Amino acid sequence: MDFIIIFQAGVATGTVLLFATIGELLTERSGVLNLGVEGMMLIGAMTGFSVTVATGNPWLGLLAAMLFAGLVSQIHALITITLHADQVVSGLALTFLGTGISLVLGEGLSKAGTVALLPSFSVPLLSQIPILGPVFFTRQSILVYIGYFLVPVTWYFINRTRPGLHLRAVGEYPAAADALGINVHGMRYLYVFIGGMLAGLAGATISLAVAPGWFSELTTAGQGWIAVGLVIFAQWDPVRAAVGSYAFGALRRLILDIQGPTVLFGFANPFYYNPYWGFFLQMLPYAFTVIVLVIGSREAIRKRLGSPAALGNTYIRGERGL
Amino acid sequence: MIDSNRLPSGQPRIESLEMRGVSKRFPGVLANDRVDFDVRSGEVHALLGENGAGKSTLMKILYGLYHPDEGEILLNGQPATIASPTDSINLGIGMIHQHFMLVQTLTVAENVALGLPSSRGLLTDLDKVSKRILELADIYGLRIDPSAYIWQLSVGQQQRVEIIKALYRGAALLILDEPTAVLTPQEVDELFVIMRQMTRDGHALIFISHKLHEVVEISNRVSVLRDGRKIGTKMISETTKQDLANWMVGREVGFVPDRGLVQRGEARLTLEAVSCGSDRGTPGLRGVSLDIFSGEILGIAGVSGNGQRELAESITGLRKVTGGRVRLEGQDVTNFLPGELTERRLSYIPEERMRDGMIKDFSVAENMILREHHKMPYSRAGFLNLGEIARHSQALIQKFQVKTPSQETLAKNLSGGNIQKVVIARELSRSPRVIIAAQPTRGLDIGATEYVRQQLIEQRKAGAAILLISEDLDEILALSDRIAVIYEGQVMDILPREAATPEKLGLLMAGVKEDAVA
Repeated sequence: MDFIIIFQAGVATGTVLLFATIGELLTERSGVLNLGVEGMMLIGAMTGFSVTVATGNPWLGLLAAMLFAGLVSQIHALITITLHADQVVSGLALTFLGTGISLVLGEGLSKAGTVALLPSFSVPLLSQIPILGPVFFTRQSILVYIGYFLVPVTWYFINRTRPGLHLRAVGEYPAAADALGINVHGMRYLYVFIGGMLAGLAGATISLAVAPGWFSELTTAGQGWIAVGLVIFAQWDPVRAAVGSYAFGALRRLILDIQGPTVLFGFANPFYYNPYWGFFLQMLPYAFTVIVLVIGSREAIRKRLGSPAALGNTYIRGERGL
Repeated sequence: MIDSNRLPSGQPRIESLEMRGVSKRFPGVLANDRVDFDVRSGEVHALLGENGAGKSTLMKILYGLYHPDEGEILLNGQPATIASPTDSINLGIGMIHQHFMLVQTLTVAENVALGLPSSRGLLTDLDKVSKRILELADIYGLRIDPSAYIWQLSVGQQQRVEIIKALYRGAALLILDEPTAVLTPQEVDELFVIMRQMTRDGHALIFISHKLHEVVEISNRVSVLRDGRKIGTKMISETTKQDLANWMVGREVGFVPDRGLVQRGEARLTLEAVSCGSDRGTPGLRGVSLDIFSGEILGIAGVSGNGQRELAESITGLRKVTGGRVRLEGQDVTNFLPGELTERRLSYIPEERMRDGMIKDFSVAENMILREHHKMPYSRAGFLNLGEIARHSQALIQKFQVKTPSQETLAKNLSGGNIQKVVIARELSRSPRVIIAAQPTRGLDIGATEYVRQQLIEQRKAGAAILLISEDLDEILALSDRIAVIYEGQVMDILPREAATPEKLGLLMAGVKEDAVA
C-alpha cells in the first residue's frame, strides 16, 4: 500500500466529485436545490463515452456530455422555477429520469471496447516537488488540471465579481434582488444550467478519463449523492468543496487498497482475512452522505452552516417572505 | 442654491408626478378603482388607508412591480411608461419597502451595488461605491459604515441603508411604505428629520401609513384610500385626525376606548425568572419575572424580535421553559401541555393567527370549538354533536359580530379581521382566568382594531388577568394598566401607565436604562 499512489488516485477520482460538487454548489447558491446530480452525471458519462465511440474525438464527447446534461437540468429549472413545484421532488425525479435515459441510450455501449481518451501528462518542474509533485502533477488527466483552475476561479467569481454578487443576492433574498432589477428567474435558470453542465462534465470525467468505459448505473455508483452531501459539508464554499472532494477520492482508493496486503502495520490485515469487512468500508462514504443529508435537512442547522437563506424556496414576485 | 433644478445628490428633480385614473384588478378584487394621485417636488404627500384599501397596490404600480389595467402616469407633465423596477429607477423613483430589501449576509456597499453596472466591468468596484455612499451619507446626514454587514445593523440603520440605496440610484422621488412600523419612537424622530431635510432639498416623498398622528406630523398633503377608491386629498393644515379616521373607515370611530376603573385583584399569573431558547438556538428569554393581576392589563412593549414570541409561547406551553417557574393562580404549571392549561382556563390569542390560532381548512364552526371539541356538549362518546356545535357557533357569530356567509364557510375564506374575531370568540367565550394576547390587532383595520380592544377591556372588567404583547406603542399606552418593556429577552423595567411616556418607553425599548445614562 503506497500512500503516494492512494493520494494520486484520490486526486484523479476526486476530480469527478469536484466538478459535480462545484456545479451543485453554484446551483444552490442561486437558491435552487437540485438533487438530480446523480442522474445528470450518468447522462454525462453515457453521452461522453457514446459520442467519443461514434466520432473518435473525446473532446467532442466531453462537449456533448456537458450540453446534454445541461439540457436535462433545464427540466428541473422549468418545473421548480417557472411552475413553482417542490425542488426536492423534482430533483429526485430528475435522477430517475437521468438514470433511465442513460440506461436506454447506453444499451450495448459497454461492449464498445476501448476508445481514444483525454490526454494525461506530467507538468515539468512542478512534478519534481517532493510528495506534492507525484500526487498532484504527475501523469494526471488534463481534466484534473482543469479542476485545479476551477476552484480558485469559482471562489473569485462568487466573492469578487459583480455577477457573483448577484448570485449571492438571488440565493439569499431574491425579493431584494428583484426590486433592484436583477432577473431572478433568469439567473436561476442559468445556474441550474451551469450545475447541470458541470455534473455532465463530472460524468464524462469518469467515462473518458478516470475509469474509462460505460458500466451502466455503476459508472457513477452514487457519487452524485456524495456530491450533494459534500456541498453541505463544504458549507457552500468552493475551497472546502475541493478539500472534501479530494479527501473522498483518496478515501475511495484507500478502501480498495487496504484490502490487498496480508500484513497491515505489523498486524494481520483484518480486511484481507475477512473480505466482507471491505463491504463495510465501501459503505462508509455513502453512510457519511446519508448522515450529512439528514443533518442538513434540519433548516436551523443548515442556516447555521451558512446555507443560502432562500435555498429550496420558489420565488414568486409579490409574495411575502423570501 | 447653485442649481435649483438639481438635488444635492446631483440628480435632476422630479417637479411633479401624476397618476391618472389608475385601476388594477386581481381575481375577485378591484384593488384600485380609477385612482388619481399626484406628488410634487418639496412635499411629503401621505397616502392613508386601512389594510386592503389599495395603498400598496397603487405604489407597486408606480414602482413597476404591477401593471395597471387602466390609467396613465405623467412625469413632469410627460406620459411615462413604467414596466419594471428598472424603468422606475431610471426615471428617478425609489421605494423603501416595508420589509427591507436587504441581503443580510452582504455588506452595505454590496447591497448598494447590487444590480448596478460596475466601472470595472465584471469585477466589483466596491471601493468606489463606498466612497459615493460616504458622500451621500454626508450630504443627507445619514451616518453609515459601508463595510458593515447588514445583520450587524439595527433596524433604524438598515432603513438608512435602504434610503442610501435609493439615493445612490438617483432617486428624486421616494416612496416610503409604512417606514415607521418597525421603528422605536426615537428612530421615527430621526427618520422624520431625514425626511424633512430631503423635502427641503427638493425631493418628492410619498409616505404610506395608517398611523394618523405620524401622518399629521410629517405630511404636507394627505390622500385617503378606501376599498380601492380615493376618498379625497387635503392639505394637512385643513384637516384633523378625527376627519381622516372617519374618511378611512367611512363612519365615525371612537379613538381611545374608555377603560373605566377596575379594582385590581389577586395575582393570577406569575413568572419567576423564566428562561427559554429561541428558534435559532440562542437564548430567547433570560430570567423574566412578572406578576399579572386579576382585572389588569399588563402591556409588553418592545421592538420586534426581543423575546415577545418566546414569552407568549413559554407561558402557553408551546415552548420548553429551561429555567424558572410559571405559576397560574398559585399552582406551578411550568412546561404543562397546552391542553392542561386550557383546562385551567388560560386563553391565548396568538400572534400568527393563521398558523397558530386556527386551522385554515376547517369551517368557522369547527374552529370555534377547537379547544373543547372533545368535551360535552360538543362530543359524546367520541361522536361530535353537530347540532350543539352549530348552535354554539351560531351564537358566537352573533355575539362577536363575525362577518361570514355561514358557519360552514372555511376559515381561510374570511378576511383578516373576521379571522381574528373567530379566534377571539373562541378564546374569550370560555370566561378565561388569564388571557395572553399577542399582537391582537396587527394587520387589522381601524374598525376591527376598535372591536378587539373593546373586547379585551370587557374581559378586564370581568376580572381576567391580561398579558398584552404588542409592538404598537399606541395600543400599549391606550390599554395597559402597567407596561413592561422587553429587550433582548429581559424585562428592562415595569412602569405604571401614568408614568409611561413614548420617550421613556422608547429608550427602554432600545435597551437604555435611564439611571445608566444619568
